[in-house]
Amino acid sequence: MGSELLLFYAFGAIAIVASLLVIAQKNPIYSVLLLIASFGALSGLYVLLEAPFVAVIQIIVYAGAIMVLFLFVVMLLNAPHEDTEHDLHLHPLLRGGPLRFGAALAVALIVELGWALTKDGGEAGAFPGGAVTSVSAIGRSLFTDYAFAFEVTSILILVAMVGAVVLARREPGTK
Amino acid sequence: MPDLNQYLVLSAILFGIGTAGVFLRRNSITVLLSIEIMLNAVNLTFVAFGRALGSADGQIIVFFVMTVAAAEAAVGLAIVIGLFRHRESLNPDVFTTLKW
Amino acid sequence: MTALLIAQIVLTLFVFFMLLNSAAVMVYVERKVAAQLQQRIGPSLVGWKGVLQPLADIIKLMFKENLRPGAADPLLFALAPIIAATCAFAAFAVVPFGADTTLFGLVPGGLRLQVADVNVAILVVFAVASMGVYGIVLAGWSSNSKYSLLGSLRSSAQMISYELSYGLALASVLLLANSLSLTDIVSRQGGSWWHVLPRWYVFLQPVGFLVYMTAGIAETNRAPFDFPEAEQELVAGYHTEYSSMTFAMFFMAEYINMVTVSAVATDLFLGGWHGPLLPESLGWIWFLLKVSAILFFYVWMRWTLPRYRYDQLMSFGWKVLLPVAVINLLVTAAGVLYFGL
Repeated sequence: MGSELLLFYAFGAIAIVASLLVIAQKNPIYSVLLLIASFGALSGLYVLLEAPFVAVIQIIVYAGAIMVLFLFVVMLLNAPHEDTEHDLHLHPLLRGGPLRFGAALAVALIVELGWALTKDGGEAGAFPGGAVTSVSAIGRSLFTDYAFAFEVTSILILVAMVGAVVLARREPGTK
Repeated sequence: MPDLNQYLVLSAILFGIGTAGVFLRRNSITVLLSIEIMLNAVNLTFVAFGRALGSADGQIIVFFVMTVAAAEAAVGLAIVIGLFRHRESLNPDVFTTLKW
Repeated sequence: MTALLIAQIVLTLFVFFMLLNSAAVMVYVERKVAAQLQQRIGPSLVGWKGVLQPLADIIKLMFKENLRPGAADPLLFALAPIIAATCAFAAFAVVPFGADTTLFGLVPGGLRLQVADVNVAILVVFAVASMGVYGIVLAGWSSNSKYSLLGSLRSSAQMISYELSYGLALASVLLLANSLSLTDIVSRQGGSWWHVLPRWYVFLQPVGFLVYMTAGIAETNRAPFDFPEAEQELVAGYHTEYSSMTFAMFFMAEYINMVTVSAVATDLFLGGWHGPLLPESLGWIWFLLKVSAILFFYVWMRWTLPRYRYDQLMSFGWKVLLPVAVINLLVTAAGVLYFGL
């Protein structure tokens, strides 16, 4: 169907442009907001891939929680606009030698990617029928096949919470 | 109907953008944002392959990647806050000595 | 352009229009009910018994000057009310408000009274509600003023904290209904037990209903959880620097959030559009009555209860409401397993 291809290109373009602007922006708050836009586009792509659960979880977890955390930290630190002349002098990679080497590597990567994707055979091609979209199937698999990993991630989140609180705390006694 | 190749190309481009951000930006928070872009590109690859193989495993792995990304973002930002309190700068090149 | 497609488009526009109207009606209802509770009369000059008062308010707001503080970030200052209002409207898109109808035979093959039937509808409501935090955070930050920043940070911290209990209350209903789609959940609440007690989930989940309503009130920043907007404490919190139509957008977003929370509570706990006496096709009347009852309850609470102080509010959310929601979920899970519902 033409409309799905059109939506794919639209969401893909938004994701790429927003990500490019994220790394090009000087103001960190604009970077965070553009990344939220990119996540929204990715969520649309997940819906196109018939994974509605992942799409909604992406909005709830990434765009709704992790990015709020980033925004709070940027506001807390009152992150200044960076990339002054002094900062650019300190940059280890923006010099003649590394730049040429990096450009050569990038060209090699693009050539290789083009070759690999235009070859015949392999997994490429239209998607076969039968996608798993129901949340109950995902839940069932999560709690039976991947139950151990699920429990371990809950401990991971606990450790991360404790770690974040301890690391960001002001030492008692100092300002 | 987009096929698997197109999703993989899009994911590769996003991953490349994220990597470029990690190397080129000199602001710790923007570096962490670029890492999130890379993780999202990988998520897209997983879901695309999961759809191509017709199984739910892609989506489940994405679930775990998101959880780990959340934990890592929290701890990473806590470290950035601690570093900022010490040297009043977010530029990673400023922290060149091993002394605190 | 089949008849169904045209009917869908008209339905979407109709829902949007009715949400706007509901904000205006809520303005009037709030002031009249507040007046009655405070033993005075309230608006009574504009139109019969003051019914045109919201119109007067809107006209006044439209004619006011649209100010922007000089030090404010112009892009973010303009973006914040847009995000707040958009998320408020978008959350209602997945809420069904009536059974399938054929619109007096104009539309063959039933038109569902829901803008978008998504099979993860509850999660979509939750997702859009968590995006609504950005409107408030950006409003406070971009205003570049201390009252706004304090108000917005408190408000967003409150909203994020109560989202957890909100989600857990939703999860308890999920366990009972075995489905994430709001239409499915409502259709399981039809009929009655022993012909006298309707099969609503509020009777199976009273604690869940209370947790949901409390978290909903905190999510929409209404009393008694409206410390971040309190006039006596913070001038006006995050919308201090906004005037005219941008202020109206925040105002509208708050009322529409209230309507959405009430509508979702009706669908989840109070049986949606099921009710005695009326046929299924007129179920939307019951839906309206139930939503109005919950909205009246909202307004009643605001003018009766004193306001929570901010630290009391946060400690209540984390130390009382969250454990209650978790225990409710565990008990519900045990009940479903034992009774085989």
